[in-house]
Amino acid sequence: MATKQKTKSLKSTGNDLADTFFQLDVLNGKQVSDAKFPAFANKIGEVGFPTLTVTEIEIFQLNIGKLCNQTCTHCHVDAGPDRKEENMDKAMLEKCLKFIAEVPTIHTVDITGGAPEMNPHFRWFVEECTKLGKKVIDRCNLTIIVANKKYHDMPEFLAKHKVHIISSLPYFAEGKTDSQRGDGVFEASIKALKMLNDVGYGKNDPDLVLDLVYNPNGAFLPDDQDSLQTLFKRKLSTKFDIVFNDLYAITNLPIARFLDYLLQSGNYEEYMEKLVNAFNPATVEGLMCRNTISVSWEGYLHDCDFNQMLDLKVATKGSQHLDDFDIEKLRARNIVLNQHCYGCTAGAGSSCGGELT
Amino acid sequence: MRKMADKSYFKPEDLKKFGDISKWSENLGTKFFEYYGEVFKEGALTAREKALIALAVSHAVQCPYCIDAYTNTCVQKGAEEEEMMEAVHVAAAIKSGATLVYGVQMMNHNDKISM
Repeated sequence: MATKQKTKSLKSTGNDLADTFFQLDVLNGKQVSDAKFPAFANKIGEVGFPTLTVTEIEIFQLNIGKLCNQTCTHCHVDAGPDRKEENMDKAMLEKCLKFIAEVPTIHTVDITGGAPEMNPHFRWFVEECTKLGKKVIDRCNLTIIVANKKYHDMPEFLAKHKVHIISSLPYFAEGKTDSQRGDGVFEASIKALKMLNDVGYGKNDPDLVLDLVYNPNGAFLPDDQDSLQTLFKRKLSTKFDIVFNDLYAITNLPIARFLDYLLQSGNYEEYMEKLVNAFNPATVEGLMCRNTISVSWEGYLHDCDFNQMLDLKVATKGSQHLDDFDIEKLRARNIVLNQHCYGCTAGAGSSCGGELT
Repeated sequence: MRKMADKSYFKPEDLKKFGDISKWSENLGTKFFEYYGEVFKEGALTAREKALIALAVSHAVQCPYCIDAYTNTCVQKGAEEEEMMEAVHVAAAIKSGATLVYGVQMMNHNDKISM
């Protein structure tokens, strides 16, 4: 099914924000906007966290590549069909497997992108991870399943390996979905969801979990997760006979294309103010960076996927890459913080698993 | 001298200062905000339904602060654009009906003074 791109990647248009240093300057009031907000590191210091430390390394999240069949307007990865070079190769995936196998506390391998399924080694990697007895998450954009014949059997493949599917669907109707993700995306997503339901996903089988991710379609924070889940379940069930397990409400972080949208639409300062004012100390304990290691397609290590996209590597001297990882150093590291972190501590909190409180 | 163009009775940033009304009458202000918070909690009506009602009333009372605030709330709560516009039409229908129903008074009076 054809979808029409809503925008182009920052990289392809030569946007200043394609430079991560420039993004950090914007977030710190040195470029574009002179708005200054309290330093996030100080903010969490005030509530009892002079540093943010690792609780345990339990989730190995790899951004397998920036190649995607969509170019969503809010994408923090700046992914798209043009990002063909930034794709993890098999040698690097083997290094990932070595890391995963050597760290027994890792129980979950969380594969994101881009569209992870577009990586030519995706299926092989999933099989290897399941052989290691690890739970695998595929952050699937849904439309890839129907984008090309070679992905049409993806639901059966994922079901065979009991892969936990987490899929983005920002709304239960066409208008708001397509305005964020591209024309035709809603229709293609519904078709893909039906295919996933048909192989048993989202129903009663605890091994075939299909969760949806809601992220706001603009410069506002998500409502509470339970209410949105109830609404999505009712709408998708009555309108399309689609079922899913849980809905994760995720806040848009002010980086990459969402930052570009905020600046272009004149919403940047007000949005940052919303995030800062909604700072919730109760979210800090459960922040995802505390039990996650995030690996880039080149093998560099980061505290989370957002830090990865800002090129903020782990603060672990001599162990910032899969080639020289030192698990004890990684466990003892302090998390690298910056102003975008307010996105994860606003309101009920936000993580790759939804709300934190 | 201040230019006339600078004078505006409605400033969006004033909405953020709404809480300041308690400064001059703390007891009443506090009671109002407690009541307000209680009204909008999930109850026999969902918080989403209450937001749509509030959006309609905001238009009826033509409060620009309320329109901004409850547009935000409705969107945040996943309200569909059609639902929001229908809510505004409900307000408009009541407002126009409330005007038109005086037509009966007009007709009554016309009958009274006419031969």
